[in-house]
Amino acid sequence: MTLTALLSHWLRNKVQLAMLLAGLTLATALWSGVQALNAQARGAYATAAALVSEDGASRLVAPSGQMDQARFAELRAQGVLVSPVVEGRLAVAETRVTLLGIEPLTAPQGTAAALADGDLQAFFAGAGFAHPETLAEFSAPPMPLSPSNAVPVGTLLVDIGTAQRFLGMEGQISHLLLTGPAPDPLPDGLQLAQASEGAELEGLTDSFHLNLTAFGALAFAVGLFIVHSAVGLAFEQRRGLFRTLRSLGVPLRSLTLALAFELVLMAFVAGLAGLALGYVLAAALLPDVAATLRGLYGAPVPGSLQFSPVWALAGLAMAFAGAVLAGGQALWRLWHMPVLAPAQPRAWAMATGRAMRWQVAGALALGGVAVALAWFGSGLFAGFALLAAALLSAALLTPPVLALGLRGAARLAQAPVAQWFWADSRQNLPRLSLALMALMLALAANIGVGTMVASFRATFIGWLDQRLVAEFTITPRDAAQAVALEAFLAPRVNAVLPLRRVDATLAGFPGAVFAMRDHATFRDNWPLIADVPDVWDRLAAEDGALINEQLARRANLWPGDSVLLPGAGSVPVLGVYPDYGNPLTQAIVTEGWFDRLYPGTPTRQLAIRTDDPSATRAALLDEFGLSAQAITDQAQAKAISMAIFERTFLITGALNVLTLSVAALALFATLVTLSGLRLVQLAPLWAMGLTLRQLAGLELARALVLAGLTMVLALPVGLMLAQVLLAVINVQAFGWRLPLQVFPADWAQLALWAGLAMIAAAAWPAWRLWRGGGGPLLRVFAYER
Amino acid sequence: MNVKVFLVLLLWAPTALAQGFAGLGTDATGFAVPERGRALQFPRDHGAHPAYRIEWWYLTMTLQGADGRDYGAQWTLFRSALAPEERTGWDSPQVWMGHAGLTTPDAHFAAERFGRGGVGQAGAEAAPFRAYIDDWHMTSTASTGADALSALKVEATGPDFGYSFELTAEGPLVFHGENGYSIKSAAGQASYYYSQPFYTVTGTLDLPTGPVEVTGQGWLDREWSSQPLASDQQGWDWVSITLDDGHRLMGFQLRGADIFTAGTWITPDGTATALPDGALRFTPLGTAQVAGRTVPVRWQIDWPARDMRLVTEPVNPQAWMDLTVSYWEGPIRVSGTHTGRGYLEMTGY
Repeated sequence: MTLTALLSHWLRNKVQLAMLLAGLTLATALWSGVQALNAQARGAYATAAALVSEDGASRLVAPSGQMDQARFAELRAQGVLVSPVVEGRLAVAETRVTLLGIEPLTAPQGTAAALADGDLQAFFAGAGFAHPETLAEFSAPPMPLSPSNAVPVGTLLVDIGTAQRFLGMEGQISHLLLTGPAPDPLPDGLQLAQASEGAELEGLTDSFHLNLTAFGALAFAVGLFIVHSAVGLAFEQRRGLFRTLRSLGVPLRSLTLALAFELVLMAFVAGLAGLALGYVLAAALLPDVAATLRGLYGAPVPGSLQFSPVWALAGLAMAFAGAVLAGGQALWRLWHMPVLAPAQPRAWAMATGRAMRWQVAGALALGGVAVALAWFGSGLFAGFALLAAALLSAALLTPPVLALGLRGAARLAQAPVAQWFWADSRQNLPRLSLALMALMLALAANIGVGTMVASFRATFIGWLDQRLVAEFTITPRDAAQAVALEAFLAPRVNAVLPLRRVDATLAGFPGAVFAMRDHATFRDNWPLIADVPDVWDRLAAEDGALINEQLARRANLWPGDSVLLPGAGSVPVLGVYPDYGNPLTQAIVTEGWFDRLYPGTPTRQLAIRTDDPSATRAALLDEFGLSAQAITDQAQAKAISMAIFERTFLITGALNVLTLSVAALALFATLVTLSGLRLVQLAPLWAMGLTLRQLAGLELARALVLAGLTMVLALPVGLMLAQVLLAVINVQAFGWRLPLQVFPADWAQLALWAGLAMIAAAAWPAWRLWRGGGGPLLRVFAYER
Repeated sequence: MNVKVFLVLLLWAPTALAQGFAGLGTDATGFAVPERGRALQFPRDHGAHPAYRIEWWYLTMTLQGADGRDYGAQWTLFRSALAPEERTGWDSPQVWMGHAGLTTPDAHFAAERFGRGGVGQAGAEAAPFRAYIDDWHMTSTASTGADALSALKVEATGPDFGYSFELTAEGPLVFHGENGYSIKSAAGQASYYYSQPFYTVTGTLDLPTGPVEVTGQGWLDREWSSQPLASDQQGWDWVSITLDDGHRLMGFQLRGADIFTAGTWITPDGTATALPDGALRFTPLGTAQVAGRTVPVRWQIDWPARDMRLVTEPVNPQAWMDLTVSYWEGPIRVSGTHTGRGYLEMTGY
């Protein structure tokens, strides 16, 4: 009975109900969508980890990146339980895949599981396994392949002998997996690498997932603003109803319970809808997220989403938590409301002075926290905490600052209508403040992230032009072909620059050491962000190494410091080069030294400098008989790099748009609910002679003014956000720091969008006022108390 | 006999499941088949026979500590061929499996190893004799001129146990069936099968409680074949017994649609007499719950023609080899018309 009375309110206020449900649904959808993406990716890393090792089993590696196969039998004969692995990249038509060769009889359980229903004889004879999505990419697979979900996307699992044959690594193995305890001391010339591939991926991609989670949380918070304002308004509007029910003898307890039940019901409905929407959202975004993770980190993530009940329950729990958070205040106030409290909605709106002061105090406190974090904090989490504190502080400051602005404008106003306009705007500010805070957050996030991405793009393009100077690069099939190619090309082109690398742990981080030939190509073009004098001469004189920015920042190594290179001991850091888009650490030494340190390392790629690319290409294809797929020209390489870059920030862009939409929705919800209450204030003006059309126009104008002011406020906040993203988050997450560049054209575009969003939000209430005629306004006088 | 386990096939070829225990009943197409009348040659036949599908080097030892406490140990190397040949490197179709077992009156330890031929991880070479997988090995220490198997060093380690033995043969090699051609079913499945049942053993057991010096007797079985079981045979019960009077008895029954039994009676000087189907009778006397199964761990073995009645008692009824392919294998004490010690193996339960 009580519940029916309470629920009847929503029947009369369907739009309000829709807003409440939409807010909670959207909040749940964005949050759970992001969680689904994260869970999917993490699951894929676990698959990869399980395949190559058992619960992070350690590996024995050789500094040169590979070792003689005889080491395997030799160690087994000593009772060291190891299993050999051959790993490499294989080009199959248009795609490149990881070829993982294992020895199934000694491999850890996880690997054997991938083969559980396979045929050992066929596996030995050359058949393999691949994820169904990988299989679908081949028109002509390089070997007979069976589908297996236990194999990561982009990997072909084959017998070790098969892998050696395809990779030209006969008699060689990449590393040994330890399936028993580690030997002590370690075997001669081998090192223990603790982290498994999956764990590495997990560490590398953590920043990406934290990024997504932060966006999900932001969207959730913005969504809660909507719910809070809808629940708050509904509470105010039902004060009279509460008083009546209480007067009729309904106990406070029953009334509170009924209201709580109402909230739970809505949370359930909205939670379910949010889950469905979140799933759709995640499924739509997953291919891009997967592509990003593959491109940026080489992390294998399938592009199709799986449903998990745990995820669904967590999403529902989030919806309930959100509803309680947003509606708890209303319940609390009901519990403390005197039986015969006057039904005075305006008191809520007007009790602002003190609240405003509290808000400013809160904002200042949060601002203090942000400053402290900026000063003392370190690590990615501190970076995001700094962002959250700064953003919340700015959001809390929005209404007071807007109030100040409006007060200033009111001073300047002369005409009576103008004076009323500013005064009325200021009076309505508290009711709109939540929605405006949401708008401010969304705009600031847009400006901040947009500035960060644009700054990055500008720097990245310049860097690509410097780095990709070779006319084209060739990927030889094997070491022998690399030697033949070099001999073939030497008389035909200006320079052949071989690329050799060995995997290595640098200052405790996974990475690689590269060989660089002393050549003008590098001396003239290779970008450096810090160096010693005569850096290139000293590098050629084997006086030290160049390291990438990731290594420099993670280990705090700069010119003048020393870095430990495997086999070479401690060598001076001669320079630091930017290395965008690479998650791993790197060091470069001159070619001759490299070959003495890591003898027998095969050439992986050849960079070619030539004045006549087409003739060289033709010679390679026709005379040498190289396959076209082995050649990548400069334009292609740039296009691939840019595509990876664009994909990286596609998700960010999509979430940006969604956040802005949620904020617009919050505004719409508030304005719609306000429009009914505001009749009381508009009626006298109408009575004094302003037309409905003028009144509606003024309503629209106010919306625009507020949007404009909010945008102005959001600008410095957004730039601050961009600065934190570039100087703190990016450095922590990716290991590179970029200069902040400003793009005013983007802001103008965003301001336009904000104005449009505001007009869209205000249009319907204004239109209703205009077309509603004088009737509703007249009724105000009829019912006037 | 010693039609023992081989099981890698079980892992990889599910179709073999329907065909006898561990795929031992599969078709021999393409593989060499034992021939009646072919004389075994040594040292060549101590080594591997890659043209045959399966083969093993199977050593069981009944042991006692200085305090008279009973122990048992098993060291086995199995070979299974995916194709009837040997090739070098990873192309080798030969798959190897090692089993090590160690039984005390109140504990049983088991470990296994897998490996491939062709890369030096596992194999069996005739001269000098060495059968090995990883650090487990059975290596000849015989003097020049003597049979390679007449003196051996045997070692293995598991995660929680290990052992090391020196074995010396006190008698000659013994050939089962017709000079080593051993019939395995009424339908004529056969294998090559010979033994060295006369070892005296000294060695050290590495137990979680510490090392234990032991002495005792050992029995090595060598067998190879391509289709040792008829397809309806689901398992077997096999014993090797050293009687206190110096005689040895090997006997087994194959459980299928019909029971098929065979055995060999060996005098102290190594003279072997083959016991035809039906000469021995196996009767379970008591069962135990082992690894969730009901296993007949006490047996009565009758040889009515000689008025022989033996009763076997396990040293430890829980001697379950809980490995990729699991079976019961452990030391036994023998009483009845004769007394002695021995080893019992039961598969297919």
